[in-house]
Amino acid sequence: MLNVFSAIGVRTTTTIGAFGQSAIFCWQMFRWLIPGLVQRSTWSRTMPLFFEIGNRTLPVILVTGTFVGLVLAIQSYDQLSAAGFENHMGILVTVSLVQELGPVLAGVMLAGRVGGALTAELGTMRVTEQISALSVMGTDPIRQLVVPRFLACLLFAPLLTFFCDVAGSLAGWFVAVMMKGIPSGPYWYHIKDAIEGWDVMVGFTKSLVFGGAIALIACYKGFHCRTGAEGVGKACTESFVISFIVILITDFFIGTFLSGLYRGLYGFKSLI
Amino acid sequence: MIQSASNHEPLIRLVDVHKRFGPMVVLDGIDLELKTGETTVVIGESGAGKSVILKHIVRLLKPDRGEVYYRSKRIDNLPERALVSIRYRFGFLFQLSALFDSMTVADNIAFPIVEHSKKGKSEIDVIVAEKLAMVGMDGFQDRWPADLSGGQKKRVALARAIAVDPELILYDEPTTGLDPPRSDEINELILKLKRELGVTSVVVTHDMASARKVADRIVMIYQGKFIFDGTPEAVMKTDDVRVRCFVEGRCSDEVLKTLQGKSEA
Ligand SMILES: Nc1ncnc2c1ncn2[C@@H]1O[C@H](COP(=O)(O)OP(=O)(O)O)[C@@H](O)[C@H]1O
Ligand SMILES: [Mg+2]
Repeated sequence: MLNVFSAIGVRTTTTIGAFGQSAIFCWQMFRWLIPGLVQRSTWSRTMPLFFEIGNRTLPVILVTGTFVGLVLAIQSYDQLSAAGFENHMGILVTVSLVQELGPVLAGVMLAGRVGGALTAELGTMRVTEQISALSVMGTDPIRQLVVPRFLACLLFAPLLTFFCDVAGSLAGWFVAVMMKGIPSGPYWYHIKDAIEGWDVMVGFTKSLVFGGAIALIACYKGFHCRTGAEGVGKACTESFVISFIVILITDFFIGTFLSGLYRGLYGFKSLI
Repeated sequence: MIQSASNHEPLIRLVDVHKRFGPMVVLDGIDLELKTGETTVVIGESGAGKSVILKHIVRLLKPDRGEVYYRSKRIDNLPERALVSIRYRFGFLFQLSALFDSMTVADNIAFPIVEHSKKGKSEIDVIVAEKLAMVGMDGFQDRWPADLSGGQKKRVALARAIAVDPELILYDEPTTGLDPPRSDEINELILKLKRELGVTSVVVTHDMASARKVADRIVMIYQGKFIFDGTPEAVMKTDDVRVRCFVEGRCSDEVLKTLQGKSEA
């Protein structure tokens, strides 16, 4: 019985400890980030990462966005044409992409293709004492390693979302105009009519939050990885799973909050 | 090297340092003074806490209780930023070399110089070549750490550790994983750096041949405490059975008995 209690106790303290540790980690990152924004060295470390992330994620996101757009268009056409609204089908496809699927898919791609790689890279540096070596040589490892990776992910996520949106919308257009024979003019007209700056802002906000969260989770997991090759592997898996869950949960909360805000500011908007 | 006559003050002083990880007590009241110019060798079994001692000296770890001094300055409670000017005087040779995989050999050695000074590129190139020559690796500037052998990595890492002319060099198992001739090259390097740069050193090892060769003084850590402190000659003559077992490289009688008991059963 006592064992059970002590096990719960140990579990609780380690959980609270990890929570505090990650909070301190984030705080230190932001403390280095703000002054780092105006330093050239920060950007010279960020730019190569930025291109590497692009290389890793852009092709995948274009393929994903295209197929999601195709599926969305085919499903919405059947429903809308039954009600005689098929000219409006572009709205459904585009709003879903811009507000939801674009940022979420970009986030998932970033977590899978980039987050895992970042955790592996930093985890290896931890295990081989390269991170300790940075500290001993008088450099802050968070400033040196985490800040540029955070910036690169933060800035790339909206770009990735944009490409996903564009690919999906073109795919929707392809289904509507080339396959279902809807005239191109009305298709785009209804989209322009329905999509507002607000929708773009929602998607943009989400993607920024996802990008930043993925970078922090990936770097934290790498920095606190256990020794040994299996430690790095485990950290990578955890990094992806946590990022994925965090994306879906924050998507819900940001979505709820912003749609509440919209209704408070402008009232209900009917798409059709 | 500036060594004033009144310099009997130790370079580093650990006072009653305690450290535990979860329930495991690693350091249980460690006192250690490092005299300027002396090479202290710390021996002990794997997992005894030798690396943990080194990490306390450079404040990669903080003691749970006790104090760490650099000259007369207490450093275990200093904020991270104030440590920079002190860590700059330390060179640390990590057990796994810890060269940055993403940089060439030259950039690895230039890294601490760039961080700590405003020297220009050509000046840095000269220093890098000089430090590499010191460890017998000049000409390897453009190679990548991944292409070097274990012994070469150690030597490049040593060149990086001495890049900003430290007063104190900490060696974490410098010969572990090297074949005997390669190990002896490292021993000779440790002696050479002491001779030519006048540095104070701490060498952590479980290689007794290396310990005897480079040490002015040997201390042994056992179950969180120092159980031996003396010259390399004294360590060969001690009566303490725990030290003898380690020095002679044989297992203790109890272990021997259980092993024999098992084979008979
Ligand atoms: N950062 C750490 N977190 C938890 N345990 C640690 C940490 N560093 C060292 N230890 C533990 O402390 C003990 C001593 O480690 P170490 O000093 O590396 O041994 P060695 O004498 O072989 O160098 C080991 O059992 C190790 O697992
Ligand atoms: Mg060790």
